[in-house]
Amino acid sequence: MIESIVGGLNAGAKYIIPLLLVGIPFYAITVKKVKVYEVFVEGAKDGFTIAVRIIPYLVAILVAVGMFRASGALDLLLNFLAPVLNFVGFPPENLPLALMRPLSGSGSLGLLTDLVNEYGADSMYAKIGATMFGSSETTFYVLAVYFGSVGITRSRHALAAGLTADAAGAVAAVFFCKLLLG
Amino acid sequence: MLNYIWFGMMFISVVAGIFTGNIDAVTEAAINMAKVAVEISIGLIGIMALWLGIMKIAEASGLIRIIARALKPITVRLFPDVPEDHPAIGSIVLNMAANMLGLGNAATPLGLKAMEELQELNPKKDTATNSMVMFLAINTSSVQLIVPATVVALMGATASQIFLTTILATLVSTITAIVIVKVLEKMKRFSVENAS
Repeated sequence: MIESIVGGLNAGAKYIIPLLLVGIPFYAITVKKVKVYEVFVEGAKDGFTIAVRIIPYLVAILVAVGMFRASGALDLLLNFLAPVLNFVGFPPENLPLALMRPLSGSGSLGLLTDLVNEYGADSMYAKIGATMFGSSETTFYVLAVYFGSVGITRSRHALAAGLTADAAGAVAAVFFCKLLLG
Repeated sequence: MLNYIWFGMMFISVVAGIFTGNIDAVTEAAINMAKVAVEISIGLIGIMALWLGIMKIAEASGLIRIIARALKPITVRLFPDVPEDHPAIGSIVLNMAANMLGLGNAATPLGLKAMEELQELNPKKDTATNSMVMFLAINTSSVQLIVPATVVALMGATASQIFLTTILATLVSTITAIVIVKVLEKMKRFSVENAS
């Protein structure tokens, strides 16, 4: 059952972008007589300014994240947290990924690859890791890009909320994997 | 808050780097990531232009308005300070749809379009509004219906097993995000006046 749903969704996904690219102009030109080429170019002009506007914000965030990853501070934090996690039933093997996920997409994919190589795709560690990876986003990157694009520097409760949700997602990943796949 | 976290991360990195003997790697990462940030931004130009162009057509043909109206019952609760047929709602909905379907390339341009439209409603241009924070939190908690292609490639046959767990976990994180945003936005230390 689940296999066929997953298969269907993933097979259908490759048609969505081409359908949108042709479907939207099709509706516009046939139903509303929109001058699609002219309107497209008009909208596309903003692509450059927005992309360039993000640069300073992204430099600030990615430099801090990159330094943090390279420093080994994550391992120190891990040693410190491992006893507590063991106590509450959160596998310490999955903690690096949970901590890395909000910081870096490529970094967390690397850690997931490590889990699969070390324990096998069939292991609980890999399943929990894959669930964590799929159920969360790179919070720091999204914050920098989205707020950066409109020049917001005072982010208020955005980071606190984002990180709380990430933590809840990581705990939920462990819980549901142990419950449903254990 | 970002001020402290940003400085804190760099400070801890340098201290930990000296302590663990990784200080060369820390320096290299700082310089390298500055370069990567620019490459990512420049790489976005083409995809941004493509989707912003298509979005403009969707807007001119009235499609955005139709989508916004259809999902009004949900969006008025999540984004009470956005007028109900404002174009921002249409962009927000399309961004979320793209996220759900795992279309990362389309989601970012649509999300940035939504931010631009939310910014039009913002009286204090350097400070995030409640709606912006809500939008961001829902985005970072990632409502996904499709297991990412990278994970499918990595996990092979096991990928279908984590389909359900991924949806459940993402549901928990999204609900947490919505609730926590609603709670925090009323707190004095996060108010627009005291914003940092």
